[in-house]
Amino acid sequence: MTDVSRPEAEATAAKPFTPDQAFRPPRNQWWDVWDQFRSHRGALLGTLVFVFIILFVGIGPWIWQVDPGFIDIRSRNQGPSWSNPLGTDQLGRDMLARMMYGGRISVAVGLTAMFLGLLIGTLVGVLAGYFRRVDGILMRTTDLFLALPLLPLLLVMVLLFRDMLARNFGEAAGVFVLIVVAIGITSWMQTARIVRGDVLALKEREYVLAARSIGTPSRRIVSRHILPNVLSPIMVSATLGIASAIITESALSFLGLGFPPDFPTWGRLLFDGRDWIEQYPARVVWPGLFISLTVLSVNFIGDGLRDALDPRIRGR
Amino acid sequence: MLNFTIRRLVMAVPTVIIISLLIFLLLDLAPGDPTAQLPLTIPLEVRDEIRLALGLGDPVIVRYFKWLQMMLVNEPLHALEQVTGWNVAPDTQRILSWQSRSPVGDIIAQRIPQTLWVVGMGYLFGILIALPIGIISAYKQYSWFDQLGTFIAMVGFSVPVFFTGVVLILVFSVWLGWFPSMYDTTLRVTDWDSFMRQVRQMVLPVSVLALFNAAQISRFMRASMLDNLNMDYVRTARAKGLRERTVVMVHVLRNSMIPVVTVIALGVPSVFSGAIITETIFRVNGLGALLINAIYANDIPMIQTLTFIFAVLIVLFNLIADVIYGILDPRIRYD
Repeated sequence: MTDVSRPEAEATAAKPFTPDQAFRPPRNQWWDVWDQFRSHRGALLGTLVFVFIILFVGIGPWIWQVDPGFIDIRSRNQGPSWSNPLGTDQLGRDMLARMMYGGRISVAVGLTAMFLGLLIGTLVGVLAGYFRRVDGILMRTTDLFLALPLLPLLLVMVLLFRDMLARNFGEAAGVFVLIVVAIGITSWMQTARIVRGDVLALKEREYVLAARSIGTPSRRIVSRHILPNVLSPIMVSATLGIASAIITESALSFLGLGFPPDFPTWGRLLFDGRDWIEQYPARVVWPGLFISLTVLSVNFIGDGLRDALDPRIRGR
Repeated sequence: MLNFTIRRLVMAVPTVIIISLLIFLLLDLAPGDPTAQLPLTIPLEVRDEIRLALGLGDPVIVRYFKWLQMMLVNEPLHALEQVTGWNVAPDTQRILSWQSRSPVGDIIAQRIPQTLWVVGMGYLFGILIALPIGIISAYKQYSWFDQLGTFIAMVGFSVPVFFTGVVLILVFSVWLGWFPSMYDTTLRVTDWDSFMRQVRQMVLPVSVLALFNAAQISRFMRASMLDNLNMDYVRTARAKGLRERTVVMVHVLRNSMIPVVTVIALGVPSVFSGAIITETIFRVNGLGALLINAIYANDIPMIQTLTFIFAVLIVLFNLIADVIYGILDPRIRYD
């Protein structure tokens, strides 16, 4: 909830007033958020791990300049060594480079799909909450989407549209667009519901009434007064969205309906490594570990953000 | 209460109809062809006739209603006949799988027991583990037990099932050799020995699912207990001099179970549809594996039927959750 003003006022009233507080320079409220966020140990650790993973997949390939698709059949199935820190796969491709490139695709899919889902969810939520006329139909649609069996439908969508999009956008880009859109349009419902609930409460507030009474048009009320106040639930569902998008993409790849084999993603690497699990377990463990670490860190960040953005908990 | 139930039931009907239309239309766009698997020597004209005989020549809307009739009337009647032995099934057309040319309903009926056994057990064990963990975590909030429980729950729903499954296979069947990595569907339980074999092959898939489900349900249980522990009626119960055990296990627990029971009911459909990955990992020959194989083989009628069944289950259990909530919490009914 974004019940901002009242509980905070109570909290400050309850505290004994010290002269220090009065002379403290005014500071941006995001510093308070950061202070609270910092006190959550798991969230801080999660941020560190997530930044590490972003650096690993983001600038890793510039430091470790090995072609992930280079086949060196004579040095296949190697264990860890200085030239291949994570070993090589059954075609002699360097696992470290494949992990980096695979992570790039996985994280990119996670972020884009999250943005798309968030965009749809926020749009539907704000429209449904603010305009009474579309509320019924939008919320029925949301309920309908919630009643769909999502994983089976995702699989079906990938099956149906993969070839068509691959023809139009090229092999990798087509699958990327398809998976991002498919995950995006099946993951916006929770955000829409939360945002709608908050907007419904916010639009009855006096400041919205004041804004309307001086003739502010609806779109500006939404963008200036409503949206900034629903930012915190949106941010929390963004973190959850990244996590579930990465898991979904990996699950699709794991079922063999994700990216084509030439484009390694973490899920695809895990899928490929499964056939070799008895001889070379490391090939399964690395991608799985990276998926799990990413999702775990993002979930912890979300947990910390939820606490930090809630003014009722902040300062305690 | 009856009024409430009927109202919810009536609201569910249009949802099911729209979902069936969506699923039908989505799959109707599919480039799949029922004659694709036939030998190449069959001439084109004959292929066209086969397609017409399968009813693909009709307009979309006619095919949709025919499919809906087969789906909602014929197949349930056939299922009823199989179960009870009454002679009620009509002699009209049934939904045929393009892969095996046998009725979709029969194949699904063969596969349901495996899914129910393995995945249902996973869900059941998940609930049984989750409830005590949630109760203790909430009662001893911020204790080491709670911290550990929170961490394990976080790991439980962050680590994807396909990774936990693979790691368990690695540790327990490759390194230790305790449990088989594949589920043998043909195993018949006849004596103690085969019973133990059945138990051993169920351990890994069941524990993967149990961990995942327990992680989510224990969080709900904990949050719900915490909400109730600070209520005034708890203080009253303590002030009355009730034993701590009675206060927590009777007064608080019964009130906290209301939302948890609905969460459990809402999760039941995922027993059927969400277990696709687990079934693939352990090669359990259930509904999820059936769907995946149908998708690989472009078997449109099978995909349509399974997806529709999953959707109906979701709607049905939403309804059940609503009704249970209404029964347990009378305040909801008069909404």
